[in-house]
Amino acid sequence: MNKIILIILGMTLVTYIPRLLPFFIVSSSKLPKKVNRFLKLIPYTALGALIIPGAFTAVPQMPLAAVFGAGFALVYSWLRGGIIVPVFGSVLIVFFMLLIR
Amino acid sequence: MEFQSHKYSQFKSGITAGIPIMVGYLPIAIAFGMLAKTTGITMLQSFMFSAFVYAGASQFMALNMIAVGVGAGEIILATLLVNFRHFLMSASLAAKIKEDIKKYVPFIAFGNTDEVFSIISLKDEEPTKVFMLTLELAAYTSWVGGTVLGYFVGEMLPSVIGDSMPIALYAMFIAILTPEVKKSIKVAVLVILSGALNTLLGYLNALPSGWNMIAAILISSTIGVYFFLKEDEVDE
Repeated sequence: MNKIILIILGMTLVTYIPRLLPFFIVSSSKLPKKVNRFLKLIPYTALGALIIPGAFTAVPQMPLAAVFGAGFALVYSWLRGGIIVPVFGSVLIVFFMLLIR
Repeated sequence: MEFQSHKYSQFKSGITAGIPIMVGYLPIAIAFGMLAKTTGITMLQSFMFSAFVYAGASQFMALNMIAVGVGAGEIILATLLVNFRHFLMSASLAAKIKEDIKKYVPFIAFGNTDEVFSIISLKDEEPTKVFMLTLELAAYTSWVGGTVLGYFVGEMLPSVIGDSMPIALYAMFIAILTPEVKKSIKVAVLVILSGALNTLLGYLNALPSGWNMIAAILISSTIGVYFFLKEDEVDE
């Protein structure tokens, strides 16, 4: 078999199995309270680790642009909420900062 | 009729929630398609990478490793390590979903990326299967479509456009998380703790790639169970 195809199939399996397996192991009805609480904290801690430090290095050519873009998203969503405006706003900020660099 | 219109509104809200993900995925997928081409991978194989593997960071890593001649076994093992964080996310999602999704589990699990997971988990209403599947299909379309687009027309795009787009996904993560942080100082502490651990572990560079994030999630969530949220809002 072609090496690239083998890599793709192998990667597909090792990516899909960890995504799939928990749905057969975990069911919300019969979990101990502490396990349930642990699982419910994962969205927050996962987002913490996804944002920090990645957001600050999202624009390697100009780290300050990433800080301003992420900062805008934080301030806007704090004051007004929503997702679309923070997303497009931060992209525009980075875009213009890269243009005038 | 009532039932139909409920489904339709769930479909619409899936599309709306999918827009920021599509915006964030598209340029990254285009970059992947371009890079795959320069690595010497065929159009069909590039498509298969995005359509089957469907995991951004590990796809770029694989291209890199293919380019320097690393063996298939090593690439697959590295992928397992990098993508294992989704095990935790799927476990969390499985505990959250109350609706009977049996038939759709293979699809919902396949589409459970960082971004989709974040949106579904921190949504105010119960996630329905129509919402989840629509959201996932929107994200998937953008990723696979962007890859093909990048393969064919990637080099025609001015680089400043591609360079300014990756912030979109981070902005989305921030926008999803901020309302939760506002509601609870304990959540804020936990988020910062997890990010600090991830940063520290990255700096120490002792774990295989991908496991800094897993360790940060495991440690901070465990601390959260015992110290921060004794009988708190997360228990419902």
